[in-house]
Amino acid sequence: MLRYTIRRLVQLIGVVLVLSMLLFAWLRLLPGGPVSALLGERATPESREALTKQLGLDQPIFVQYFKFLGRAATGDFGVSTGVQPGDSALDIFLQRFPATIELSFFAILIAIAVGVPLGYLAAKRRGGWFDNLSVIGSLIGVAVPVFFLAYLLKDVASSALGLPSQGRQDAIDATRVTGFFTLDGLITGEIDATINALEHLILPAIALATIPFAVIFRITRAAVLDVLDEDFVRTAESKGLTAPVIRRRHVLRNAMLPVVTTIGLQTGALLSGAVLTEKVFSFAGVGQALAIGFERRDYPVLLLLIIMATIVYVVVNLLVDLSYALIDPRIRTR
Amino acid sequence: MALGVSKKEKIDGLAESAGVSLAASAWKRLRRSPVFLTGAVIIGIFIVLSLLSPWLAPQDPSVPMLIDQVVKARNEIPPPQPGHLLGGDLQGRDFFSRLLVGSQQTLIVGVGATIIGLTGGLILGTLAGALGGWVDSIVMRVVDVMLSLPSLLLAFSIAAMFARPSQFTVILAVAIVQIPVFARLLRGSMLAQRHSDHVLAATALGVKKGAIVFRHMLPNSLSPVIVQSTLVLATAIIEAAALSFLGLGNPDDRLPEWGQMLGDVQNVFDTHPHLAAWPAICIIIVALGFTLMGETLREALDPKNRR
Amino acid sequence: MVHSVTARRRWVAAIGFLSVSALALSGCAQSQRDSGGGGKEGGTLTFGAAGAPKLFDPFYATDGETFRVSRQMFEGLVGFKPGTAEVEPALATKYEPSADGKTWTFTLKEGVKFHDGTDFNSEAVCFNFNRWYNQKGAGQSDAVSQYWLDNFGGFATTPDKPSLYKSCTAKDPKTAVIELNEVTSQFPSVLGFTSFSISSPEALKKYDADNVQAAGDAFTYPAYANEHPTGTGPFKFGKYDKANNTVELVRNDAYHGTKAKLDKIVFKIIPDETARKQALKAGDIDGYDLPNAADWAGLKQDGFNVAIRPAFNVFYLGINQKNNPKLADLKVRQALMYAINREQLVKSQLPEGAKVATQFMPDTVNGYNKDIKAVGYDAAKAKSLLAEAGASDLTLKFYWPSEVTRPYMPSPKDLFGAMSGDLQAAGIKLEVVTKPWNGGYLTDVDQGIPDLFLLGWTGDNGTAHNWVGTFFGRTDNRFNTGVSAWGNTLKDDLAKANSEPDEAKRTKLYEDVNKRIMEEYLPAIPISHSPPALVLKSDIKGVVPSPLTDEKFGPASKG
Repeated sequence: MLRYTIRRLVQLIGVVLVLSMLLFAWLRLLPGGPVSALLGERATPESREALTKQLGLDQPIFVQYFKFLGRAATGDFGVSTGVQPGDSALDIFLQRFPATIELSFFAILIAIAVGVPLGYLAAKRRGGWFDNLSVIGSLIGVAVPVFFLAYLLKDVASSALGLPSQGRQDAIDATRVTGFFTLDGLITGEIDATINALEHLILPAIALATIPFAVIFRITRAAVLDVLDEDFVRTAESKGLTAPVIRRRHVLRNAMLPVVTTIGLQTGALLSGAVLTEKVFSFAGVGQALAIGFERRDYPVLLLLIIMATIVYVVVNLLVDLSYALIDPRIRTR
Repeated sequence: MALGVSKKEKIDGLAESAGVSLAASAWKRLRRSPVFLTGAVIIGIFIVLSLLSPWLAPQDPSVPMLIDQVVKARNEIPPPQPGHLLGGDLQGRDFFSRLLVGSQQTLIVGVGATIIGLTGGLILGTLAGALGGWVDSIVMRVVDVMLSLPSLLLAFSIAAMFARPSQFTVILAVAIVQIPVFARLLRGSMLAQRHSDHVLAATALGVKKGAIVFRHMLPNSLSPVIVQSTLVLATAIIEAAALSFLGLGNPDDRLPEWGQMLGDVQNVFDTHPHLAAWPAICIIIVALGFTLMGETLREALDPKNRR
Repeated sequence: MVHSVTARRRWVAAIGFLSVSALALSGCAQSQRDSGGGGKEGGTLTFGAAGAPKLFDPFYATDGETFRVSRQMFEGLVGFKPGTAEVEPALATKYEPSADGKTWTFTLKEGVKFHDGTDFNSEAVCFNFNRWYNQKGAGQSDAVSQYWLDNFGGFATTPDKPSLYKSCTAKDPKTAVIELNEVTSQFPSVLGFTSFSISSPEALKKYDADNVQAAGDAFTYPAYANEHPTGTGPFKFGKYDKANNTVELVRNDAYHGTKAKLDKIVFKIIPDETARKQALKAGDIDGYDLPNAADWAGLKQDGFNVAIRPAFNVFYLGINQKNNPKLADLKVRQALMYAINREQLVKSQLPEGAKVATQFMPDTVNGYNKDIKAVGYDAAKAKSLLAEAGASDLTLKFYWPSEVTRPYMPSPKDLFGAMSGDLQAAGIKLEVVTKPWNGGYLTDVDQGIPDLFLLGWTGDNGTAHNWVGTFFGRTDNRFNTGVSAWGNTLKDDLAKANSEPDEAKRTKLYEDVNKRIMEEYLPAIPISHSPPALVLKSDIKGVVPSPLTDEKFGPASKG
């Protein structure tokens, strides 16, 4: 187990290095970039040249890359040119990461709260209209572009329900402790700040939840179907155990394993989905920074955020693998 | 140690579902499946439409013939009128014709991305699966690096790296993401067959290695590839829309494409919702068609379902 | 002659027009300023910003989002009369040039204190000028001290790049004398730019204001610029909550003029255009800048004040003579002008109040020639001109930018669509290239790769030099006017006009140059002037829309 973990982590370092090299080279070889971003339409040939020289962009690419690595080792990944001009890329990531975690957490929560019971019911009524309807519904969910759904929610639901449709919080006086707005309010006792942040989370979280929802629903359904067929459930039935007890004790618990795994595996999809949802809802998370970064060609921020997304994705998957081994005794002993 | 169902293992699971007899029995069941048939009909109509649309379209989709009815200052666009069923778009072009002709570019994006992804995956996967050894190790390391990025995010990043975005860069961005998936799929399928009876028999009969790979192993890997391709067709169309939405799509819209039509009108979602709704509905229907086909195929080809 | 230098004929006309719209917006801005009455006291104005401010030290600012925030905290020696590009006294109550136009004496307002409680006086003024002039290292970069370089030239340590600025002398606490190396029409109106606001010398020293570093591919700024901006304005810096993307300014209760009515201004950063609109409708913000032209009508209907600023920009179709020799032929360039239906383009694609441009500056700029008439759309004439020039089978490389909107160019894709249709109808073949604005478009345009390109300009001030001087003041410009013999003549004529100290003569020179540009040279085709707008809730009073987009929220009130 430990060896496996170490191997995966070493692999991760390799991936990150290769990735950073590729990204760095590619971004540097692109035209425009920081010089265009900084000078805009006021640029003259001289000012362009002077700035290129000043920023060291005229040096060979590998020299630039090693300089970048040297700075990166001290936590300096460059300065934003478009997302929050002048801010360090690392700061931008650190400020925004809690927001995306918060959003993803609630999205997963909603997806589970709806997807698991629905999947369970569909499996219990296999082949019935409820089953067919929810299966087709989940397939449609996959076919709808997330950002389109987000806009629908924003335009229709926000006015109908009076929910805020942009930002993480109104401009209220709130003390920042952890960067998790919902948590900060609880820590400092500013409950109104927590409530305000929660209200802002509802619509984007619902939009983002559609991504894991479809998968969680289908996996739950399939897992419950599998388990219902298994011998121990039949045994339990023949023992005369009542339906609710079987459900709680045997079916759900055994069906939860694949579901837990799937939730972990949805991290990647959530990160990508957050780019779209956070853009629609102007939600100041990592996804929004990526969206603005792409739009304004903010290379330092893009570089760091893409690498960070990779690390998060790989680490979460590793954790899922490990927790899976811990949860399921059959795997542990094998 | 067996670990959780990771993305990789999901692909590998699909790879094991190969087999000729399996395909035959699957087809028998699919023919009677209403879900599969629904998907097939949708896709059939879509393909016919995209091929015939240049002749079906009542107007030239790239000519701003209704430009005099566009008044940005009052947010006016041409309303539906004789000859222009759905009115005009923001540049005064016939919206209905653009939707019709849009099916063509959309099909090109979907098919193009699938073909490139498949070809790339085919080369890498066949190399790794057929040759094994150090080739396998290297190819699989590359594949692992690509799989360690969230796929859509990878597509965004690739699209952002092209200095001159176009329809082709969109296709490429969506396709590259699929290469490792196809590669792993094919490799898995080949590895599974290396010790199967028919391959062993062919080897014993002295058939050359290349011939075995192309005549025996590849055809038998086809069914999982078909399943994956059907699913990729759906995601490619949706991902192309997401790219346009982020400003990473094809900026030249003289030839319409649904994803681009949807992604480009984000600023008028609330005032001219039909400009977004129509392409969105088209995308949803077609993506659903491909998904229905893909999912039922997957189920039919899953050996577990044969019991 | 207190500010006779800037008392400009055409601006007077502009003020008439402007004050009408200002009145419509603000109820009565003038009386509020005078009496300090009207409008409710207190409250918070929340303004939707499209981007994060880069920093808060106006001297290093280069973009609109940054300027908007620092403008509320800082003041310069001169300012612009609300709603105009006309210079008026600000921290200086009076300013006079010497006979040769090179020495300016500023009489300063007394009893003014910086936000940190230190005194504003001539020493402070000279400290600021010398700070600007003595920038070192990264501070000398074009991307950092852009406005100084554009308007004052070089620094103390750049002998190869002379500066307009020579010296500043504190004659007595309320008199500062500024000496220039040459005469320019730009002075003193440049001092009205937010960039040249006066900061507290104490704070500048304490927070290491000049310590700009080039790091990697961008610049990092010192504490002064990030956390401790200290000016004399009606608002003080509050805080920048980066996690929630809000910047907060609070009222300066020790303000020397009419104190602000609002307790606070909050700038909420909402990068998405539609999200800003919805935030306004939902009541989350009280206003935002540059609403999409297509939304103006809807916003008005919903009861919001859409304040349309006078168009202070120009959008043009750039022509680069370098690559295609046919483009050095005046007939071909004229053919392009006849081929484009500018009337239709303005009517269908541009916001309310947009006009076809007859020359490269709007009519509010001194030197605008009202005798130049717009050439009408005439496809037949275009074809015959092309035939005359032997360019009937012309193929041109047409570049347009993606991922950008500019006040003069609300939707490049749609504008390109309209223009390309017209050009193709005239028989010109196009090789179309699209690149992202920051991802290659500007670089390529600067390197002279396209034949045709879309670009424009938003004016910094009301001097003609800021317009035609910027475009054609050199021969290796984006149009490569140096290819034609007249390129040099044009450059010399512009230099001559700029250094003419006499107001009337200078105006005449610019009017003549404008006529020649349009009739004899035609280095590019001016298309339009588009008015940018500002939208506010109806209960926000006292904000006067400015052609320079430099609205001050000091006199604003809510409710």
